[in-house]
This record gives sequence, structure tokens and C-alpha cells, in this order.
Amino acid sequence: MSSSSPPPPAGAASAAISASEKVDGFTRKSVRKAQRQKRSQGSSQFRSQGSQPELHPLPQLKDATSNEQQELFCQKLQQCCILFDFMDSVSDLKSKEVKRATLNELVEYVSTNRGVIVESAYSDIVKMISANIFRTLPPSDNPDFDPEEDEPTLEASWPHIQLVYEFFLRFLESPDFQPSIAKRYIDQKFVQQLLELFDSEDPRERDFLKTVLHRIYGKFLGLRAFIRKQINNIFLRFIYETEHFNGVAELLEILGSIINGFALPLKAEHKQFLMKVLIPMHTAKGLALFHAQLAYCVVQFLEKDTTLTEPVIRGLLKFWPKTCSQKEVMFLGEIEEILDVIEPTQFKKIEEPLFKQISKCVSSSHFQVAERALYFWNNEYILSLIEENIDKILPIMFGSLYKISKEHWNPTIVALVYNVLKTLMEMNGKLFDDLTSSYKAERQREKKKELEREELWKKLEELKLKKALEKQNSAYNMHSILSNTTDE
Amino acid sequence: MAGVAGPRMGQGAAGGDGDDSLYPIAVLIDELRNEDVQLRLNSIKKLSTIALALGVERTRTELLPFLTDTIYDEDEVLLALAEQLGNFTGLVGGPDFAHCLLPPLESLATVEETVVRDKAVESLRQISQEHTAVALEAHFVPLVKRLASGDWFTSRTSACGLFSVCYPRASNAVKAEIRQHFRSLCSDDTPMVRRAAASKLGEFAKVLELDSVKSEIVPLFTNLASDEQDSVRLLAVEACVNIAQLLSEDDLEALVMPTLGQAAEDKSWRVRYMVADKFSELQKAVGPKITLNDLIPAFQNLLKDCEAEVRAAAAHKVKELCENLPMEGRETIIMNQILPYIKELVSDTNQHVKSALASVIMGLSTILGKGNTIEHLLPLFLAQLKDECPEVRLNIISNLDCVNEVIGIRQLSQSLLPAIVELAEDAKWRVRLAIIEYMPLLAGQLGVEFFDEKLNSLCMAWLVDHVYAIREAATNGLVKLVQKFGKEWAQNTIVPKVLVMANDPNYLHRMTTLFCINALSEACGQEITTKQMLPVVLKMAGDQVANVRFNVAKSLQKIGPILDTDALQEEVKPVLQKLGQDEDVDVKYFAQEAISVVAQRLRKLDFPVKDSEEPSTPGADKNHFLRPRDPERTLGSGERDGRLSGSVASEKTVEAVQFRGTHAAKGPAYQRHVNTRDTLAQLEIAELVHFPQSRD
Repeated sequence: MSSSSPPPPAGAASAAISASEKVDGFTRKSVRKAQRQKRSQGSSQFRSQGSQPELHPLPQLKDATSNEQQELFCQKLQQCCILFDFMDSVSDLKSKEVKRATLNELVEYVSTNRGVIVESAYSDIVKMISANIFRTLPPSDNPDFDPEEDEPTLEASWPHIQLVYEFFLRFLESPDFQPSIAKRYIDQKFVQQLLELFDSEDPRERDFLKTVLHRIYGKFLGLRAFIRKQINNIFLRFIYETEHFNGVAELLEILGSIINGFALPLKAEHKQFLMKVLIPMHTAKGLALFHAQLAYCVVQFLEKDTTLTEPVIRGLLKFWPKTCSQKEVMFLGEIEEILDVIEPTQFKKIEEPLFKQISKCVSSSHFQVAERALYFWNNEYILSLIEENIDKILPIMFGSLYKISKEHWNPTIVALVYNVLKTLMEMNGKLFDDLTSSYKAERQREKKKELEREELWKKLEELKLKKALEKQNSAYNMHSILSNTTDE
Repeated sequence: MAGVAGPRMGQGAAGGDGDDSLYPIAVLIDELRNEDVQLRLNSIKKLSTIALALGVERTRTELLPFLTDTIYDEDEVLLALAEQLGNFTGLVGGPDFAHCLLPPLESLATVEETVVRDKAVESLRQISQEHTAVALEAHFVPLVKRLASGDWFTSRTSACGLFSVCYPRASNAVKAEIRQHFRSLCSDDTPMVRRAAASKLGEFAKVLELDSVKSEIVPLFTNLASDEQDSVRLLAVEACVNIAQLLSEDDLEALVMPTLGQAAEDKSWRVRYMVADKFSELQKAVGPKITLNDLIPAFQNLLKDCEAEVRAAAAHKVKELCENLPMEGRETIIMNQILPYIKELVSDTNQHVKSALASVIMGLSTILGKGNTIEHLLPLFLAQLKDECPEVRLNIISNLDCVNEVIGIRQLSQSLLPAIVELAEDAKWRVRLAIIEYMPLLAGQLGVEFFDEKLNSLCMAWLVDHVYAIREAATNGLVKLVQKFGKEWAQNTIVPKVLVMANDPNYLHRMTTLFCINALSEACGQEITTKQMLPVVLKMAGDQVANVRFNVAKSLQKIGPILDTDALQEEVKPVLQKLGQDEDVDVKYFAQEAISVVAQRLRKLDFPVKDSEEPSTPGADKNHFLRPRDPERTLGSGERDGRLSGSVASEKTVEAVQFRGTHAAKGPAYQRHVNTRDTLAQLEIAELVHFPQSRD
């Protein structure tokens, strides 16, 4: 709706609003959005504390003698633990600049010098990182935030936080970095707090977090199971409780590479994660935001272990979208990705339920859904699978294809269907002819069955179960059931 | 999926009895296995009928095992099943057999989908009450234990809701076991389970012995309140209300308050928000002494919290908090410990905070009395009446009656007027609507002179508002004003202005005249109606817009009972007869309807009601849906039309949409709006279809 109306020129925004507000009081979404595009928010950590002590620049690390360097490095780290309120853009300007310069220097220091990350520095380093990035995320000031439409709220203190993340990454990636020492500080609690930050609305922050978590997963073997479990919990909460978490796509991306590294045979824990977390995740409202990553994870699993194909496809069929065409197209895309890697033996196991669904999709009145499903017939590998199993598949598909070839409103779809019918006919002409001739009789039988069903329901309404009721009543007084039955 | 269960069900029911009447039941059972979800769903919803037909014996031995096996179905079907089974006790043979229902419900309580699980737990709770004490221990408690030690978190989550229903009737040994299970769930590995346990902690505490509450629940509460996840901690705050009710003041002070104090200062704003949100309940639960010592300082902190969400939640509770303070010393406490913080909030940077405060602050005047209100509150009210945010002003005006009881509205009138005027012209029609609804009250308080001088013109302006809802509300408002100020006032001030609009070039305004007449005629009485209103109505019968003409017919029908028979016979009848011959089908329809009503009143047979010519039903008109007869119905769409098309000329939009009738008007404008409306209708349908589906 709003996307169709051109965004007003920047300067005219406020004038346009008052004019349109005079009309009916509701500003158009595009106008409202233009107004609040540049928003940022501070973290929830400034609790009316007094003003910060002013920071004084320390001498440059490169000017210090090697004896002093270590001491100075730690002093600088401690200096960077002091936080500033970025919502107030005029306060502490000088100190903010000192901290920024120091952070820059620290980043440079750990990435260009060897042997500077000594054991005694780990504590201060992690303390500085924690002090800066760990914070309670503030309430979203746009509760019905639509990640696809709205501009995200950006983190106000980014000028500092970005450098801290930068420093963190250089630290983790440094050749001097020793996980055996770091694990004293980067522990479960640390990772837990890190994972909570993935809910940040700021995509820049989530991007850093993704790389950081990936490095930690790679370097800290002892934390791997814990990280997987916590991600598991975040996802379950997302699916079944809140339906809201900003960092799902990022976490899935990390998982994609984690799954890639799973050893064979897959542990039961991993299979459970696939079936009880990843598959139900397809039901989420905002699937579009992370479907690519999700489908990648699923396909990774199937490439590892082909026996998972049947439960996965059955799972997808169970959660097949009923009204959302956009999601249906995504599901079809995922099915095609799965079919691309499917083994013919596995294909045989699921062809029947799968093609029943595909048959429904090709006759969807939403042409994008129908089109996406019909594109399957452009895929050489899928065609070969169909051809091998034409006796099973053709009877399932024939009815819908035949019907839409006559009835679909969209000429592109009709053209596509003709091609598909032609392909199928070439695969088994005899069966095709049989189905064509029995099509009418089949339809009539279905109609008759439908009529019978209606008739039966009518009878059921009329059915007097009084005798049974009375008998029941004498045995047990069941007010609730009585009203239950008679009301219907 | 559903087809795996034994085929004996279908055949058994059909063949077993040899009774034809049961045949549909057999089919119903058959449908439980149909491929089509909708058909399975239809059938599941008739489950009680099936059970009734089968009888208790076969329900137990055949239907229930069959259902237990079907539990791999779609969630929608499972939900219906879980609900049905909650009412099944009678159908399986009464309380002695209630335990037969446990196996299917146990499986349902472990599925992934939350709504299904919750429904299964609800049904289990219901059924637990129908168990005998023996059966409860033999069947129900073991089920709870199984769920509580299930592998996957879903079963443990479901178990949390079942402890409190089986505990009271269990023996002491079993009770100890139940407590043990609950304890372990409170420290479960998965946060989902801890959340479920925390949310049931209060409920469980209520059924426990006091000693156990102190020795077991309090430590659990303390642990949950310091959980690593804020989503768990905030649920502990909720539980705190229940726990606090059970403990004595001393125990509370020692066992609970330190934890609650921490929650009020939690680093997560969500937890602090919860404390603010539950403040009144907490206050009642802990009693007056602890409130003064501990809660008031905590409340002060919440009122100046760094997150606006928390401040707003706390501001909402200001009045209740003050109300519930002990009478003795209440005034001093409020004046010294609460009011200073409220004063700050009046100029808060966040409009939600200000608006929350404005919605309750007026309530303080009754608590503080006249003197304090005038001295301390009045300046705040006045400041809020000038607030930049319309919601704040509106909230103050909406609660004027509270102040009125204490100091009278006059104190405020100087500031009220500009505030009212501004709200009356607010860009948001909902704001205008709200202020209109308070107009009669304000008029009553401020008196007729003040009204005539300052507010009358506003009321008249609303009658020509471009939003129908406003015009309608203004019309109804007039009636209340006339009831308050009397006929004579109406005749002098309102009626002439209303009647002038009959000559307005805008047909919507002309219709407003008719609507006003409809509403006012009764309050104004026969004389004014006959002498002043009727001639105008009759004159409008010749209007070129059909909407106006058929509203004339409707008006005549409406005011008919107020007129005397002479006027009816001499003046109304000919006009209606003429309208009865109108070229427009809708005008004809309403004219004839009016004729029959008027004829009844006249009880004269010579009034021609053409029986042969059935009043044409407007629905038969094929263009009817484009031509709203009832302006009410177009209101919403007219409003939204303006927004959808993004057109600035919304007034014209509304008009064009509502405009029907004269064929000359079917120009391009008309055509355009037909399209907009169609699109709109589609959008609406799309929305309707879209939202009820939880899955997508």
C-alpha cells in the first residue's frame, strides 16, 4: 500500500504530514517512516548516574619502552571500561574522543604487534569487552516493528561499540591468542550474555556478533555443546513463546557452518535439533527474514544423512502454509533444494504425500505459487525422478493439471501446464490416455461422494439420540456433555 | 497419518448394532481417518456424539485407544481433541473411569504446539477434579510424575500446571514426592521449563501447607527471582503476589522483601516493569506496614526509572497506590513522598508516561481533598491541559468529573476552554470524537451562558465535520444538550442553525439537517417539530440527490408520531405519495415503507398502499452494493479510502463514495471510487483470511 506512493521529498516531509493529517488524522506509513528513519537508541544502562570523570589521554603505546608497554596497555584497557551516554550528544565530548582514539590505538596495537597478548592481560581485555558490549537491550520504541518494512533502530553508542567489537575480533584472531588461558574468562556466562545481544535491533552489531560467536565456537571446544544448547533454547522460545528475536538469521548462519562440521554418524541430539527446532521454525511469522539460512541448514543435514529426508519432508508437509502464498513459494523453493540432493530410494518413500501437495500447489489460484511448483518440471534431476516413478506420480498430478489447463485464470500458468502435461504424456502415453478417459467418471464419483457426505451430516443433525441420552443421564449426571452435544 | 488405527472401529460401529440409525456414526468414525484435515476436524468436533452412540463400554475399549493412536495428526485436529476430552468423563462411565482419558491427554500434553499442550493441560486439570482420591493417586499422580521427568521440555512444561490440582488430595508421602518434582522443575536446565514453573509457583504455593511454603517455596522463589534469564525473573515477581498473601508480616519482611527489593532494581527493565505493573497487587498482599517501609521507596525509584516503559507502568498505578494507603497518615505520605515525583512526571520527556499519569491523576483530588487539590494538584492539571500531546489533554478532560466533585469545574474553566477548542480541532478524528462525548458533561458543569458564548460554535462546526462518526456524535450530543438546557434554548440557539444547513450546497450537510431533526424532534416536542422542522423536511423532498430524498422519507417516518394527524394528512401524506413515485428505486422503497407506517397511525383506509407493487427490495438492484443507502455503513470505508489512495481530497472522497442516485453524478469520479472500493474490499478480505491462521 504505502510502497506505491512515492516518498515525499525530505524537506517537504513535515509539511506533507500536516496537510494529510488535516484530512483524516492518519498519516500514511511512508510519511511516518520518513520522519523517524534516523532513529537511534541508547542501551538501558544509564541509570541516572552522575557525570563521568573526564578522561585524559595517556601516552601513546608506540612511544613507550617495552617494559612500560604492558602496564600502559592495561591502563588503556581500564580507561576504556568507562561508558558514556550517547543519547546526550553534547556531554563529555572530549572524553568520548579520548576513548575513541584509545580504542583505535588498541585495535592497531593487538593486530600489528606480536607477543603483546600476554597471560596477565586477558583479564583486563575481557573485562573491557564485557563492560562495553554487555547491556540490557532497551525496549523497542516501535513495538510493531516490521523488519521487512521498517528501518531498524540503531545503537547510539556505535562509535565506541564498533571499535570494541573490532578489538574483540582482532584479539580472538591473533596468533598469540590462547584459548586455554582465555577460557577462564570467556566462559558459559560470557557466552550466554553474548547470545542475548543477538536480539539487538542494529544489524551492524548482529553482524559483528555473528563473526565473534563463530570464532568462539571454533576455538573453545569446551563451549560448543553449551552454545548449541543455548541457541536451541533461543529458537524454541522464538517459535513457541515470543515469535520475536532479531538475530535468528545470524544464528542460523553460524549453525549452517556448525552443521557442516558435524561428524558422522549424526548424534541423536543433532537429529532432534533438526526435527524439533529447525522444522517447526518454518511456522514462524517472519520466515522470509531467515528462510535462506534455514533452508541451507536443512539441506546440510540431508547431505550428511540421507535417511533424514523422509521425516524432514513429512515435517514440511505438516507445517505447509495454509493461507500465506509468500511462504508457500518459499516452501516450494526449499523442497526443490531438497529434491536436488535426494536419493532415488528416499524419493520413493515420500513421493506420494509430496506430490499430493505439489498437485495442490500447481492448482493454486495464486499464480506465483502455481508457477513456482510448475518450475519443478524445468529441473532435469527432478524430471528424471518423476520419469522413474511416473506410474505413481501421474495419477496424483493428472487431475489438477487437467483441470487448470482448462480453468486457470492466468495464461502463463495455462501455458506452463500444457508443457508439463506434454512432458508427462511422453513419459507414459498409455497411462495418460487412460487417465484422460476416466477423468470425467472420476470427477463425478467425487461429486457424488461429496453429496453423500452432506447427506450424512444432515442425517446426523436429525439423528435422535434421545434414548442413549436418557440411559446416560440415569447413570451419571452430565450437564456439560448434554449441552455440548445438543448445542452442536 | 490418521489411517493407521484399527479398522475395527468403523466396521464395528456400522455392523455391530445392526441399527440403521447408527450408520451416520459409522461414517463419522470413518471420517476421523479422512485425508482432508477439515473433514477430520468436523468429525472430531462431533466426538461426544460418537461416544454417546457407542456407549460407555465401547468408548473406553475402542474409541479411546483409537484416539490415543491418532495423536500424530495436525495440530488443529489435536486441539479440538484435547478440548473434547476435557468433557468426556460422563461418556466413559463417570468418575470411576475418568482415568481412561489420561493416556490420550498425556500424549497431547507432550506435543510441540503450545496451544494444543495448554488445552490438554486445561482438560487434565478439569478431569483431575472428577477423579476419586484413590484414582487420583493411582493414575493421575503417576502421570504428573511421568510428565515431570519427560525427556523433552514440552512434557515437563505441561507438568508444571498439574501439581496444584493433585496436591491437596494426595497423601502425605505422595505430597512430599510432588513437592520434590516441582523443586527439580524450578531448577530445570531449559529456561522454558523454568518459566513454566515460575508462572505456576504462586498457584502451587497456595495449596501447600504454610511450613512447606516457608521452607520450600520461598527458596524456590528466591532462586527463580535471581535466574540468569530475565524472562524467568519477571515471572517470579508475579508469583510474589501469591506468596506474600500467605505469609505473616514478620516472615515477609525476612523472607520475601529482600528479593522483591532486588527485583525493583533489577538490571533488566522488563523485571522492573513487572514490579511496576503488579504494584497494586503487591501492595495489597504485603500490607500497610511493609508498604510504607519498603514499597514506597521502591515506587519512587520506579517513577524516575530510566526506561519510559517502566515509568509509564508506575504512573498508571499512582492513584491505586494512594487509594490503598491506610487512611491514617495517608495525606502526609502522599504529599511528602509521592507528589514530588508526580510533579516531575508532568513534564516527562515521554508522551506515554505523561498520558498514563494524566489518565489517573485526577483521581487524587478526591483522596487529597479540596484544599490540597487547589493548592497542589490544580497547577498540575492546568499544565497538563496545555500539554503538547493531545492524549494527555484528553485524558485530563475525560476525568473531569473526579475534580468536579471536589472543587467544581469552574476552577479550571480558564484553561479548559483553550484545551477544548484545540482538541475540538485535532487532526485525529478519534480525539475529536472523544471530546464530543464529554461535551454534555462540560456544558452541564459550565452552565448555559458559558456554553452559548464559547462552545456552541464548536458543536455546530462538528455537524459539518468531514468524518461521519463526528457528525453522528455531534448530532447525538445535541440531543443531550437540549435535554439539559430545555426546549426554549433549543428553539433559539440550535434549531435555526440546524435548519439553515438544509440549503447547504454539500448534500452531506443537507443530510445532517435531517439526521439532527430525527434526533431532536422528540426532545423539542410537537410545536417546534411541526412549525419549524417539518416545512424544511418537506421542502427537501425535492432535493436533486436521491440520498437526501430517501432520508426525507425516513425522517418523515421518524417524526410522524410526534406530528398531529392534520399535519400528517395534509402535509406529509402528499409528499410521501410523490416520493413513492420517485424514479429512484431506493427512494420509492423508503417512501412506501414510511407510507405504511404513517397509514397505520392515521388508521385511514384510503391511504393507498400498493399491495400489487411490492416495495422493491433494494438488494435486487444490481448496483446496490456500490450505492450505500445507509451512510453509517460507508463511514469506515470512506475514512480508509482517503488513506488508501493517499488522496488529500478526502472530503471529496467520502462524498463521492456516499453519493448515490442522480445518474448525472456517475461521472469519472464515481467510477474511480468504485475501483477504490473494490480494492478496499479485497484488502479487507485478504486481511480477514490472513489473520485468524496462527500458523502462517
